[in-house]
Amino acid sequence: MSSKPLQKLDRVVIRFAGDSGDGMQLTGDRFTSETAALGNDLSTLPNFPAEIRAPAGTLPGVSSFQLHFADHDVLTPGDHPDVLVAMNPAALKANLPDLPRGSTIIVNTDEFTKRNLSKVGYQASPVEDGSLESWHVHEIALTSITVEALADFGLTRKEKERAKNMLALGLLSWMYSRPLEGTEAFLRAKFARAPEILEANLTALRAGFHYGETTEDFAVRFEVAPATMPPGTYRTITGNAAMALGLVTAAHRTGLPLVLGSYPITPASDILHTLSGMKRYGVTTLQAEDEIAAVGMALGASFGGALGVTSTSGPGLALKAETIGLGVSTELPLVILDIQRGGPSTGLPTKTEQSDLLQAIHGRNGESPVAVIAPQSPSDCFDIALEAVRIATTYRTPVIVLSDGYLANGSEPWRVPSVADLPELDVEFATGPNDTDDAGEPVFHPFLRDPQTLARPWAVPGTAGLEHRIGGIEKADVTGHISYDPDNHDRMTRLRQGKIDGIADTIPDLEVEDPSGDARVLVLGWGSTYGPIAAAARLVRATGVSVARAHLRHLNPFPRNLGDVLRAYDHVVVPEMNLGQLALLLRGTYLVDVQSHTAVRGLPFPAADLAEVLHKAVAQTLEGVR
Amino acid sequence: MTTDTPTGPGNARNGNTTPRGFVGVPRVSDDDPKQTKKDFTSDQEVRWCPGCGDYAVLAAVQGFLPDLGLRRENIVFVSGIGCSSRFPYYLDTYGMHSIHGRAPAIATGLATSREDLSVWVITGDGDALSIGGNHLIHAMRRNVNLTILLFNNKIYGLTKGQYSPTSDVGSVTKSTPVGSVDHPFNPVSLALGAEATFVARTMDSDRAHLTTVLRAAAEHRGTSLVEIYQNCPIFNDGAFQLLKDRDEKEARVLSLVHGEPVRSGAEHVVVRGADGALSVAPESEAAPGSVLIHDAGTGDPSTAFALSRIDDGSMTHIPMGIFRSVDRPTYDDQVRAQVEGARSGAGGPADDDDLAALLRGGDTWTVG
Repeated sequence: MSSKPLQKLDRVVIRFAGDSGDGMQLTGDRFTSETAALGNDLSTLPNFPAEIRAPAGTLPGVSSFQLHFADHDVLTPGDHPDVLVAMNPAALKANLPDLPRGSTIIVNTDEFTKRNLSKVGYQASPVEDGSLESWHVHEIALTSITVEALADFGLTRKEKERAKNMLALGLLSWMYSRPLEGTEAFLRAKFARAPEILEANLTALRAGFHYGETTEDFAVRFEVAPATMPPGTYRTITGNAAMALGLVTAAHRTGLPLVLGSYPITPASDILHTLSGMKRYGVTTLQAEDEIAAVGMALGASFGGALGVTSTSGPGLALKAETIGLGVSTELPLVILDIQRGGPSTGLPTKTEQSDLLQAIHGRNGESPVAVIAPQSPSDCFDIALEAVRIATTYRTPVIVLSDGYLANGSEPWRVPSVADLPELDVEFATGPNDTDDAGEPVFHPFLRDPQTLARPWAVPGTAGLEHRIGGIEKADVTGHISYDPDNHDRMTRLRQGKIDGIADTIPDLEVEDPSGDARVLVLGWGSTYGPIAAAARLVRATGVSVARAHLRHLNPFPRNLGDVLRAYDHVVVPEMNLGQLALLLRGTYLVDVQSHTAVRGLPFPAADLAEVLHKAVAQTLEGVR
Repeated sequence: MTTDTPTGPGNARNGNTTPRGFVGVPRVSDDDPKQTKKDFTSDQEVRWCPGCGDYAVLAAVQGFLPDLGLRRENIVFVSGIGCSSRFPYYLDTYGMHSIHGRAPAIATGLATSREDLSVWVITGDGDALSIGGNHLIHAMRRNVNLTILLFNNKIYGLTKGQYSPTSDVGSVTKSTPVGSVDHPFNPVSLALGAEATFVARTMDSDRAHLTTVLRAAAEHRGTSLVEIYQNCPIFNDGAFQLLKDRDEKEARVLSLVHGEPVRSGAEHVVVRGADGALSVAPESEAAPGSVLIHDAGTGDPSTAFALSRIDDGSMTHIPMGIFRSVDRPTYDDQVRAQVEGARSGAGGPADDDDLAALLRGGDTWTVG
């Protein structure tokens, strides 16, 4: 055990920052695993450039990983780091603006060379010129300590230097009393075929741990007690991994084979990668020639009775629009995952945004309604995938799921559900005639609808007697034959809309969280802003101010009670990472004014900023200004 | 080329009974009533223009589908957009009239997930080669088990007469009042370039040839691309008249028959010159041993490609028939084999316990 005093903390935010090639994402992932194993609640925010290897030592090349862990439930990755590990001057310069004065900075002094400093415009080293006086700076020669620790290894200097991220991880693990066993096991698996690299990494990791213990630079260690969480088996999970697992689970529960058509695109590609390794679960992944083919393959598979899914991001959703319209017209199940990123056009591929909401709801020609739902946290991606499959198969409709880069790459602890407790997902195919013709003979009518759901039968090829043709041309009600009849088109358009509207019968009412019960201001969000908004509401309430909070997972259709909820408050604030897309829908649908608070910075809202917005809104409402 | 193994059109059958293209597709049993053309004819009124070449192709397909011995419910026609893409409505099988250019992609998803279906794609020169060019070439290079009927009338018919990617340079159309400057695609050359494993050309008005070629295409396992010269009587009437006219066609049509010399009816043959290039010469003047004997099953597609280029666009010598028919593992078979391999390797399909293990992953901790 350590000889140094142990100080208890309730929460810590750490940010690892370095060059794209410094292994910061891996370091962050490992620290996350160690932290999860200790039972802290946590939330992470990887932040990396779109360039795979931007020029070394430059600001555009900085990659970072932020982790917030606590002895209580954590809602966000944290607004501001308590500790920054800066592997080079670029990492320091890029991240310093986020660091509150008084927080801790660990700098790798080896990289603070004249050349590296000038690359990012430092005239003098900030470590030496006194400009960091307001922070606790630990100057550590991480690179040379690593090389020294590996002196006996027959590796090149460059290879030895590469282990410096493990030294940093070891040091931070010591500082926050994290065990090393998990990372050691991870390294053993990763470098099973390279024993010397393995030993070098293990040595560097332990050297970092011992450095903390022995150096006088660190006087205390910290400890963050486990959070109180419901009993169960836990793992950490990213949004993209949870989405993939949710789809596999849904396929398993429905008994349908899962067919994913996908074209690589950031930040959605991990879903393709993950599912391509799940063939054993009846998963077929088809890497298509383009986004359009990807959704076409999914729709073709759905026509054949499989669970057709396509994964993409905003630019890909734009390309898939016409095929999704075909899915609307043919009324086949189809799940479209849009892992949103900054737009328009190529936009910010690796940064998060919620700006595809209107594209998802309206971005097709004609009256082309689809269901749209959005997960609110990384682990919620699992549940939202099940919900997407439920809606798609029950209503024979395309369903668009709006995740985003923040949820996709961020991680949190997830209580692994018991398979038996998961919702039932039953799918029925048509097996025989469903109607009689004028002569009283049994016939099959592919567009004769279920009176409850308005869904048409799913009659798959291979079923004798149900041969029929479907397509994008307007179909006659009931028979499905081509029809240009004006009244029929009006009826079919309303039937398709009515079918989607009717999904609201099977979704839960919107729940409002208002602990004091006397709030006059409601903050309403959707999708990945759940964490920041909930954290902001918590901050506001901690000051004795009442605010109500609600969060939409269903964007089309909305929950039945949404209008009533909106009208029950004097004032409604809608924070979004776009320029007010949900606000537009709310105003248009319910004739209720809402205050749209927006930011498109490629990063989640800082909770403190939102709290300020809410404080102001409450104050003005109470004063009657509004 | 190395993975392509020669077969030749006569070798598409596995043993004596089931053509390889139909392996896995349920067949009509001897006890079932014999299928007829009527069984494959839907109750929908055919709505092509009078005199359209599509009628002849539809009649041919309805005519030979019963003979394939496949169960009607296991046949699916997928089309794109264009006049010919209405085709599926007139066949009483399963069908999807999809969107412009995307039929090969949709059919790929369907064929890959359903081994028990015989999947056909109906497309035209605009649908397949213009808006859907990408999907077409990728279906062919993957070698998905699809039979693609490409109706080439060298014009956009449904949009009323604009030039298409197969229109001749100089075509005066609604959108090219002073003549088109686009260099056209030769669909057969394109298919061979994309390494399609079955490539053929036939004619709407030649029922016997059409039937033979389409049947061979259907029986082939892998992507079969059949270019069908098809007359549009409204916007490009007579585009292929030189190949139909009794007096002209003898000299102009080069018959591709596996194992036979490539020749026209007018005693011209295709010869290989000293430089390896192909040309057409009177049979009487052909040097001994220089006459090209057609081998559709050769792995190297370069001779087939040279044959596809033998005409200069003037329709002086047009090869008709099966250019290439070779075996290569199909995309859909291999995709299914990977899934099946993963399942059998793990002791069969996943059960609830397997799923639970997947959800837990490698790194868990317990609370409470």
